[in-house]
Amino acid sequence: MDTFVQQLINGLTIGSIYALIALGYTMVYGILRLINFAHGDIYMLGAYSGYFIAHWLGFASEPSVVGLAVTLVGSMAAAALIGMAIERFAYRPVRKYARMTTLITAIGVSLLLENLGVVIFGGTPRSFPELLQNETYRLFGNAAISKTQLLIFGVSLVLMIVLQFIVYRTKVGTAMRAVSFNLNSAKLMGINTDAIIVFTFALGSALAAAGGVLTAQYNPTIYPLMGIITGLKAFVAAVLGGIGNIPGAVLGGLLIGAAETFVVGYGQLIGIPSTYRDAVAFAILILVLLFRPAGLLGTTVQEKV
Amino acid sequence: MKRTLMTLGLATLLVVTFACERRGGETGTADSGGTIKVGIYGDLSGQTSSFGQSTKNGALMAIDEINAAGGINGRKVEYVMEDDQGQPQQASTVVTKLINQDKVVAIIGEVASSNSLAAAPKAQEAKVPMISPSSTNPKVTQVGDYIFRVCFTDDFQGAVAAKFAANTLHAKKAAILGDFNSDYSKGMTQYFVQEFKGAGGQIVVQQSYTQTDADFKGQLTNIRAAAPDVIFVPGYYGQVGVIAKQAKELGITAPLLGGDGWDSPKLFELGGAALDGNYMVNHYSTDDPSPAVQKFVSAYKAKYGAVPDAIAALGYDAMNVLADSIKRAGTTESAKLRDAIAATQGFTGVTGSITLNASRDAVKPAVVFELRDKKLVYKETIQPSGGTGAAPAASPAAGASPAAAASPANTNTTAPSNANTNTNKNATP
Repeated sequence: MDTFVQQLINGLTIGSIYALIALGYTMVYGILRLINFAHGDIYMLGAYSGYFIAHWLGFASEPSVVGLAVTLVGSMAAAALIGMAIERFAYRPVRKYARMTTLITAIGVSLLLENLGVVIFGGTPRSFPELLQNETYRLFGNAAISKTQLLIFGVSLVLMIVLQFIVYRTKVGTAMRAVSFNLNSAKLMGINTDAIIVFTFALGSALAAAGGVLTAQYNPTIYPLMGIITGLKAFVAAVLGGIGNIPGAVLGGLLIGAAETFVVGYGQLIGIPSTYRDAVAFAILILVLLFRPAGLLGTTVQEKV
Repeated sequence: MKRTLMTLGLATLLVVTFACERRGGETGTADSGGTIKVGIYGDLSGQTSSFGQSTKNGALMAIDEINAAGGINGRKVEYVMEDDQGQPQQASTVVTKLINQDKVVAIIGEVASSNSLAAAPKAQEAKVPMISPSSTNPKVTQVGDYIFRVCFTDDFQGAVAAKFAANTLHAKKAAILGDFNSDYSKGMTQYFVQEFKGAGGQIVVQQSYTQTDADFKGQLTNIRAAAPDVIFVPGYYGQVGVIAKQAKELGITAPLLGGDGWDSPKLFELGGAALDGNYMVNHYSTDDPSPAVQKFVSAYKAKYGAVPDAIAALGYDAMNVLADSIKRAGTTESAKLRDAIAATQGFTGVTGSITLNASRDAVKPAVVFELRDKKLVYKETIQPSGGTGAAPAASPAAGASPAAAASPANTNTTAPSNANTNTNKNATP
């Protein structure tokens, strides 16, 4: 029993991080119908921003709550700026062409960021400083939860509530939903759609950066290609929950995280080796596309031909 | 049209002539005492980049010393370094480049066995001797008679780890957490299991991970449920540091035990205090009082400002063994150089006396360390054939081990009193 609970905690921890990243995929898809393949790399850049902020401001040597908060907020701001720049210089110029053009551009931006990362930061993995003195709390039996895990749950939850508030309770959120409903009509209603799109990119990128810094507290290895697999899994999470749907992204993230950990934990009993954890996410993607293309919480939209 | 064809034909002729001339020129220099070109390849920018960097530092230091002393038979050594990013595919590509484009006379590399295994067939095919400084998987030198190594192999290393677990840690139940895609990890696991079971131990759970995994808690939770006395982790430092950290978070108290794949200053950066109380098997100890080791350690510190890990020491040894062989062969002609390397006997290296056996592997003792306060604390030396190095008097009995193998037992820490009983059984290396 304690093993099961432990695996569930482990799964939900990485699931929360997938959820944070999946939110960025889903929001951008919601308003632009664009799969932003560079999103996983923003997550990587967020982790690196955190690394540099922590070192420059001296938080690396002494773990403190203030240091953690500043690093988290700083890296979110940095990633937001990067996200805005990418939208402005890579996506906006090609937005008026076929959707496929933007998609290919996104893949190009992703490759560019990964390789720039290798050139600028070096391919060598770096060790992210521990910003919070870690402790382990025993729950019952052997089951335990660490302070880092509580931090990941807590920060993810707060960010998701903030996001929910922005989208459903503010003027800019209303505008976002309007743009997502129909870009041209929103424009006719006097909404500055360009500004809303930029805002959406900033928001999604900030969430990804938070995911990056939180992951780095859990596993301190950061390297320029760290966003590839994590980004893909978060994308699958967004599709699983129903791409374009915000609660769906969270649900999808948690499900993928849990599924992957249970493969490691119990896969061997039914003959699936633990190294198939990455394959599971993609198996789920295929099943979703086959049986419920709109995702768990998505609604089918009739497209005019 | 006709003219274009003729111009094309002429151009081709010219190119061919020049190409031939260049070739002739280069072989000319190789024979007539120009520089000796050595290729080095390793991971300088991937997951195991600390390995490539250390190998490079060690080998370059050897080259500098050789050149400062007037070169080999009056010829200076020149090197070409290639980065394989820690990927087997890339390792094979860069070795092909070193052979075909740079025309090196010999190659030093890799550390990770999977990369050496991918590149070795290229060197074997072209009959260019390749010396791996620190690939320990037995299969590496089985690729062919042009492939050598200056370190011990995993059938010895894995057995040493198992003996240490059974005899010194008194472990009855072991768990294994291995790197799924690494030949090194697979080899180590195989020999550990064999020896540990032979010593009456039991493997209670076996788990694996891949190098791109970001989370090891799933595997560690399963291991915790099996309540082992020791957890064998035959992986590389990049993952081991994180594994140690996450094991601690889960409240696992059984020590982790691993091999030379752990050896990197990066390990402590990643794992920090969580590494305390874990154990690793390695090639040499920087506390070894022998002059060969102390001279190397102080020279390395002066040059690079860091304590040399075993990977650096082996890179240094590999280059020196190569230089010594070229000197004895009197030529860099591939067949003669190959024979000279194969005949290496009792070469005094930093990591011990190096004698290559019939399978082109070095037979050397292994050292076990405890990790404490971001340092390696010496525990014991285990000799390849009978006897333990805990008492220096035991070393000569073990065969060829004059200088460095004389154990560092008399240094800063005490070897456990039962060390003598550890290695009575032969671990055929």
